[in-house]
Amino acid sequence: MRIKKVRLGGISVPLISIFLGLVVGAIIMLLSGFNPLINYLNLFSGALGTPNAIGEVFRSATPLILTALGFSIANSAGFFNVGLSGQALAGWLASVWFALSFPHLPGFILLPGSIIMGALAGAFWSGIAGFLRAYFGTSEVITTIMLNYISLYGTNAIVKGVLTSSDADSTPLVPIQARLRTPFLEKLTGNSTFHWGIVISLFMVFVIWWLMKKTTLGFEIRSVGMNEDAARYAGMSTKKTIISAMLLSGALAGLGGAMEGLGNFQNIFVNTSLPDIGFDGMSVSLLATGNPIGIIFSALLFGILKIGGLNISISSNTPSEIVNIVIASVIFFVGANYIIQYLISKIKTNHNSSKLISNSIKGGHK
Amino acid sequence: MDLMTILSTVVSTTLIYSAPLIFTSIGGSFSEHSGIVNVGLEGIMVIGAFSSIVFSLFMSKTFGWMTPWIGLFVGGIIGTLFSLIHAVATINWRTDHIISGTVLNLMAPALGIYLTKLIFDGKGQTGFISQPLASSKIPVLSKIPIIGKIFFENTSIVAYIGILVSIFSWWLLKYTRFGLRLRSAGEHPEAADSVGISVYFYRYCGVLISGFLGGIGGAIMAESITLNFSGTTIAGQGFMSLAAMIFGKWNPIGAMGAAAFFGFAQSLAIIGKYIPIIDKIPNYWFTIAPYLITIIVLVAFVGKSQAPAADGSTFIKSK
Amino acid sequence: MKQEQTNHNYAIEMKNLTKKFGNFVANDRISMKIKSGEIHGLLGENGAGKTTLMNMLSGILKPSSGQILVNGKEVHLNSAKDATNLGIGMVHQHFMLVQNFTVLENIMLGIENTSFFGILNRQEAKQKVVNLSKKYGLKLDLNAKIEDVSVGMQQRVEIIKVLYRNADILIFDEPTAVLTPQEVDELLETLKLLASEGKAIILISHKLKELKAVANKTTIIRRGKVINTVDMANTSPEVLAEMMVGRKINFQRERKSVKTGKEVLKITNLKVINEQKIVKVHDFNLTIHAGEIVGLAGIDGNGQSELVKSLTGLKPIESGKVLINDKDLTGASPRKITHNGVGHIPEDRQRFGLILQMNLVENASLQVYNQPPYSHGLFLEPKAMVKMTKEILSDYDVRYSDLSENVGALSGGNQQKLIIARELSRNPSLLIAVNPTRGLDVGAVEFIHSQILKAREMGNAILLISYELEEVQQLSDRIAVIHEGTIVGQAKNEDLTESEIGLLMAGEKLENKEEIIHAH
Repeated sequence: MRIKKVRLGGISVPLISIFLGLVVGAIIMLLSGFNPLINYLNLFSGALGTPNAIGEVFRSATPLILTALGFSIANSAGFFNVGLSGQALAGWLASVWFALSFPHLPGFILLPGSIIMGALAGAFWSGIAGFLRAYFGTSEVITTIMLNYISLYGTNAIVKGVLTSSDADSTPLVPIQARLRTPFLEKLTGNSTFHWGIVISLFMVFVIWWLMKKTTLGFEIRSVGMNEDAARYAGMSTKKTIISAMLLSGALAGLGGAMEGLGNFQNIFVNTSLPDIGFDGMSVSLLATGNPIGIIFSALLFGILKIGGLNISISSNTPSEIVNIVIASVIFFVGANYIIQYLISKIKTNHNSSKLISNSIKGGHK
Repeated sequence: MDLMTILSTVVSTTLIYSAPLIFTSIGGSFSEHSGIVNVGLEGIMVIGAFSSIVFSLFMSKTFGWMTPWIGLFVGGIIGTLFSLIHAVATINWRTDHIISGTVLNLMAPALGIYLTKLIFDGKGQTGFISQPLASSKIPVLSKIPIIGKIFFENTSIVAYIGILVSIFSWWLLKYTRFGLRLRSAGEHPEAADSVGISVYFYRYCGVLISGFLGGIGGAIMAESITLNFSGTTIAGQGFMSLAAMIFGKWNPIGAMGAAAFFGFAQSLAIIGKYIPIIDKIPNYWFTIAPYLITIIVLVAFVGKSQAPAADGSTFIKSK
Repeated sequence: MKQEQTNHNYAIEMKNLTKKFGNFVANDRISMKIKSGEIHGLLGENGAGKTTLMNMLSGILKPSSGQILVNGKEVHLNSAKDATNLGIGMVHQHFMLVQNFTVLENIMLGIENTSFFGILNRQEAKQKVVNLSKKYGLKLDLNAKIEDVSVGMQQRVEIIKVLYRNADILIFDEPTAVLTPQEVDELLETLKLLASEGKAIILISHKLKELKAVANKTTIIRRGKVINTVDMANTSPEVLAEMMVGRKINFQRERKSVKTGKEVLKITNLKVINEQKIVKVHDFNLTIHAGEIVGLAGIDGNGQSELVKSLTGLKPIESGKVLINDKDLTGASPRKITHNGVGHIPEDRQRFGLILQMNLVENASLQVYNQPPYSHGLFLEPKAMVKMTKEILSDYDVRYSDLSENVGALSGGNQQKLIIARELSRNPSLLIAVNPTRGLDVGAVEFIHSQILKAREMGNAILLISYELEEVQQLSDRIAVIHEGTIVGQAKNEDLTESEIGLLMAGEKLENKEEIIHAH
């Protein structure tokens, strides 16, 4: 009974948050003189109306699943990884760099090699923050934010100075055998950018679910995250656990970046700001309350919003940023889950007590 | 360039680049002294930058030279309103402070660009303002030999105002009833509550002050450096301010000092190419330097933080 | 009997005060009346509803129904401020003091003296505080920060804080829990002095001796209801105890004679420093044999926490040696120490002993999850964990509704029993128990004490560290007293009186007492 209730709450808060987020978006559209209903219809038809659109939705969900898993595993260890963007960028750079460096390697070495390099680079980047937190107690929130910007400007410098010969803003495409996009998938989805990365993402969902539930490392990560003192008391090494969780988290973010480098864009270029997949991944994870299976659905929803959002601005004057406003609002309500649960319970008890009142014909109760 | 010119250029660019950080980091220390962690400073700055630029674009004909100064105030007021989201979420609705702050950071650029497109016919960035917050000389002080030329001629007046604000804030927190009560809400809210102090009220004050000062910080950034508003007007300055506050150990004067240091690091990226020896170093190192220095400084000098004891906590008043 | 109409005699009166939290009735129609100049005891077990009642009197909680009368007039307290304005002041059990504020700032907080523009006028406040502290003989160091002053002084700050607000009705919530026997005596004298000045005092306590010493009357509550109000002059402690618990209780613990065996724990010249490089434990020597309980008495903050943490591997050792079963475990990791037969009932069960958001199985497996049969390599074996959990929970009488429920949902007593089940079921040769019964009701205390005594009979060595002197005296074969990080005296339990232990706890030396082994 008790447990059932908790589970129910687990799904109802995200659903209510999504609803309220859409309501906020609708209010803002109404205030700015747009028709929210038509816009939302365009959004969903734009995201789900054609095989191409669906392909794009899955493509855009692919890295989000990975960065979200990365956020959630660090969060389980009590570690707030706000550095997913920087880690993803590092992974993106490393995967493209590796693929461009060995253009003559056969695909069965080059592709996995590039993907692994992406994961390693992400892990290295987050490992710095994990190490500093474990050994110096430095707040990971600050270090990962700073590492984000170092990654952004550092990557840009490498793209311009090392990966391109003449100070160009983007690299050539990676060799064909290192690409995750294939003619088959393009044909299947009406020339979308859909790529094999989705298989990697779904596989990692399973791996992380298994790791957290069925292994001693998962048990240690959860213990350290919930109560570091008790974990130490139980003989766990909190330093080792924090660093492991952070390495895994960064590796997943780096994989997410590799999906962009080998799948979506198939190259790397000078970025003016940090890639969205970082903070979006964090939002995806928060919406899914860290649950690996929930992350799949949550990432698909974000894919729908992102891809459908483009259609909004094509079919009306509504700026596509309305989608980001909706996303921010959804996360706002997920964060404020206390007030949502409070209101749910209030409605329930009011409902119950009004039943009681009508049964006993007692008036005057409010 | 001769030494004198180099020195005065270094000082003035340092001041120009540190002014936004000074105001915002002082704001952060008010919020955290009241017990609310505010990683949403970045978003607050974005909103402040946006509103001051829009104000300036529409009202500069009406207000003339006063426009940038009123613009700062507008940025502050809109920043205050925006920070209300954080206040309600963390103080009343028990939201995790970092999640709520992140919401501000997600919301601000989305809202800013959405409104920009709405106001300026679909353009993703605004035009440039005609009345920027220009450098000027400070009367009397600029007459002082040598020092006057380096520090007070062709300089950023807001930065000096920021320094005064930091001293005033330090005094306010330490020597007044308001400051004592605000800090008690961040150190031991239950104790404050037990002697009849409204923890909620002082936490609201802390967050809203951070919204006001952060909004001003964003406005300064836009009105004196970028001169328009776009998605990249504020690129990490809010986070830098947060780091400055921690580096300054939550003390407004310390935060100001750290902000000035970060401003110096940022200014090197701009003027490094004119200074002998330094001009040999590739420019990206200067771009990266402030962030790298922040990490090194945090590890080497701050270590385990000395935040207010109840910083980041939710206070639940029993009924 | 029905003379309640003339109630203006009473400084404060509660009539049928009730407080509900959801469906739970914390206070059920409680009535009490206290005259000026009277010390009125309030006796009840943990969880009986004492604190809830007092929080209503001090305006922190609002009653669900019932009345509060101050000087005969009904009042409605909506905030702590209302209570203060009516002259009600509370000295909280957990001090309500801001650690990095000065003593003076803490006293003035909330009713600050200010000159223009809200600038603090410390001088004016200082004068008033100095006068009060002279009047009641309560010594204070006004400019020191709270984090730097002793617990005794912190309590004096709390008392002055209340007097500074001109309180006539003073509520003391378990004020002696953290004091030495001598400090307790001083406090009780202060209470008498305050009463003789015409203050009405409510003294919440579960220590019968103290109530007997100062209270005129005592109201006993149990499960939120008033059981009785008695005159202290003609009520025996046994009767009080029975009313408090609802059945006859035995405060004597039966210690069967056990033949002590070999040395299990041998600590020599231990030195431990804290993060601020301050020496917390030094020249510490202690030996415990199999089948022996050594009770370490001392005031909170004299190095007990650091001692325990260093013995269990949670804190580095500066110098010295720790031998367990002749094996050198100085500075070993917590896991290594655990695997060498040490069980640890930690000081703060919710912070160290348990992970409240995890379920019973996970908590029961905390110490063994990484070894067969509970896991093989990286892979957990949930079935083995569940089986073991079921067994030990029933062995140690832990009440729960479902194994998948979070430990946070258990009562304090059951949480502690779970820890004891986990630690004792591994049959450790050395058990380190720190405040094993803190905050528990009498039934749970009896159970836990009997388990500790049983472990002793099985030949385990036990180091018992407790801030409750009574508990140390009930269980120990030998008592050692720690003061400022070192043992200042130890002797057989029978050879030490309470006041002697009290003097040692306060750092005094006992002369002409040959049974006592001084550390130096």
